[in-house]
Amino acid sequence: MKRNSTLKSKLWRWRYFNAAAGAFVLSLALAVTVFAQDITTWINGAGGKPALAVIDFRGSGSQQYMAAFNSTLFNDLQGSGLFDMKPKSMFPLNNPQRPEDLRSSDGGQGFALADWAGAPVNASHLVFGYTAAQNGVLVLYGNVDDTRQQNTQSAQLLASRYTGSLDEAGAIKVAHEFANDIIQKFGGSGSLLGSRIYFVSKRSGADEIWAMDWDGSNQTQLTKLRSLSINPAVSPDGSRLAFTSYARGTPRIMMLDTMTGRPLSFYNQEASLNATPSFSPDGKQIYYASTASGIAQIYVAALDGQGFRRISHRDAIEVEPKVNPKNPSLMLFVGGPGHQQIYQMNTEGVGVERVTNGEGEAANPAWHPDGQHFAFSWTRGYATGNFNIFVMDIGSRQYVQLTHSEGRNENPSWAPDGRHLVFASTRSGKSQIYTMLADGTQVKPLTIQGDNRSPVWGVK
Amino acid sequence: MKIDSFRFDKMALTFAMATVLIASACSKKTPIPPPPPPSPAATAPGNTSPTGTKPVVAEFSAEPSNIERGQSAVLRWTVTGANNVAINQGIGTVQASGNRRVLPSDTTSYTLTATGVGGETTATATVTVSGPAPPPPPATNNSARRGTLESRVQADLQDALFDYDSNNIRDDARAALTADAQALKQILADFPNATINVEGHCDERGSAEYNLGLGDRRASAARDFLAQLGVPANRLKTISYGKERPVCTESDESCWQRNRRAHFSVGQ
Repeated sequence: MKRNSTLKSKLWRWRYFNAAAGAFVLSLALAVTVFAQDITTWINGAGGKPALAVIDFRGSGSQQYMAAFNSTLFNDLQGSGLFDMKPKSMFPLNNPQRPEDLRSSDGGQGFALADWAGAPVNASHLVFGYTAAQNGVLVLYGNVDDTRQQNTQSAQLLASRYTGSLDEAGAIKVAHEFANDIIQKFGGSGSLLGSRIYFVSKRSGADEIWAMDWDGSNQTQLTKLRSLSINPAVSPDGSRLAFTSYARGTPRIMMLDTMTGRPLSFYNQEASLNATPSFSPDGKQIYYASTASGIAQIYVAALDGQGFRRISHRDAIEVEPKVNPKNPSLMLFVGGPGHQQIYQMNTEGVGVERVTNGEGEAANPAWHPDGQHFAFSWTRGYATGNFNIFVMDIGSRQYVQLTHSEGRNENPSWAPDGRHLVFASTRSGKSQIYTMLADGTQVKPLTIQGDNRSPVWGVK
Repeated sequence: MKIDSFRFDKMALTFAMATVLIASACSKKTPIPPPPPPSPAATAPGNTSPTGTKPVVAEFSAEPSNIERGQSAVLRWTVTGANNVAINQGIGTVQASGNRRVLPSDTTSYTLTATGVGGETTATATVTVSGPAPPPPPATNNSARRGTLESRVQADLQDALFDYDSNNIRDDARAALTADAQALKQILADFPNATINVEGHCDERGSAEYNLGLGDRRASAARDFLAQLGVPANRLKTISYGKERPVCTESDESCWQRNRRAHFSVGQ
């Protein structure tokens, strides 16, 4: 009798303990979830995007240029990926042009900020203003107000004056400048202006390295080696390009100056293959794969290839080393054993851990500037060879799929603004280069001719 | 009167004898001394043929002494002190000095035999007959088909195929590489300065970067297998082309299998 009751109470204590432990773990998990940002939220912009209502600006003595002005302003703001652009069809009748046009209430007609904050517009910010011809010059007055503020003074976020030539080109110029200021105001760091995309193209008859502006213009051939030139990688300051070249028979790493196009010296160690180079975040070292040991392993070296040192020591193929921009002792790479997956390790080769879950094949890791997320290509959910672009949080291992088998989608690379991706896709038949926003929207082709692949985005 | 010749000759002879008798009878007092003995035989060559010495073969030669089959040579000889000179090999008796053109089909030794009252002297002259320069030793099969290095590599070396994402040498690859080892040894012997590339290739499905590593594994595996069979490894060079050089582009298993290969080409 006595024994039974002791046993019973023990059992209850155990169950109580279990329940308590479970509750503790659960609350911890919840806490972690609350603090760690959900990847979908991150993709779509933390805390939601500002909702912009941009009126159609009118011009005094410049009305004939306003169609070009308004479409440039709208496209720049929408293309930044920072905003939820409200449709103009919902706008009220009255559009303020100057801050003095604003009233405390207008019964929904549009001269009160509240008319824009509420339904049906639901904008958080109003972009308004006008242009005028003044002394032979086009002048733009541009304003951005927070619609949720009662006081028109405190509502004002931006009020600027811009000038340009009194023609369409001038109108477009001031629109670009105004849009850029709005983007900067909302914390959009890094501009795409001046940035360049390096890629591989077969259009000249052999695989060569080419470059183009961020919007696909000025496509220029950089190498004329007439063999195989592949795997381009650009240095963080945009001054150097490393790639894999077959010009001397076996695959070796070559380096060139992006400004002059001239080759820079690089020492290749004795191996059947030296390939897939990438730059360290401080731009002072090169990481690459070499078969010097008999199988592809990760090495690091100075920018000229000297002083190379082996990092990984596994009996498995390892390629594509990518060092974390915020944590230079951490890297990702692609490797076996078994089907290719993405792994992490430190730059001493310690702490090797598989990051993707083992499904399908994974490749092309590309760190986001925040060092917390990376884009990559993966066949998860599809047949072997059917790659799609994904983004993963390195801490939580949560991921989002950005493309959905519109052809084969590979080699993503982040723009300097951290909001755009460039990638290669066979969705139109041959491999072409596309950009898109981090949420997978606004896919735009940059190349249409020939076979183009392996893009990387440089600051210049 | 008829006198027959016989009677006349008899009469002449009788008359001659009578004269001699009378003459000798007339000089009666001193008998005629006998003729002096002959002087000893001379040793120096000369036109003399001294009795009791052998003949002398001053010369017996063949010119030229080395001929090719079908050509002729001339035998020359000079003999003294012989009353018979003969050369064998079907020539027979010849004069003391002379020459004779001969056409032997094989190397022939001619013996001259000079016979005289003093004895016999022989001499020999040989004509060496050789055929035209012999051809080089009979060609072995591969040397005859030597061809160019490129054509040999293309014709004699077959690809070894692999499973997906693997560099394992499976049975059919084993057979292919075993045959390749034999062909390679011959090619490398026929072309002592050549290097042969062992290329590694992949199908289109993996990523381009990873396939560079996988292609290298396939090339190494093939090279190691060949080295084990005695192909000199320092004459083989591995090159990975990943999936950059496909032999076909269809997206089906039969094309993918053809691309998953170790392939041979001429090295630089």
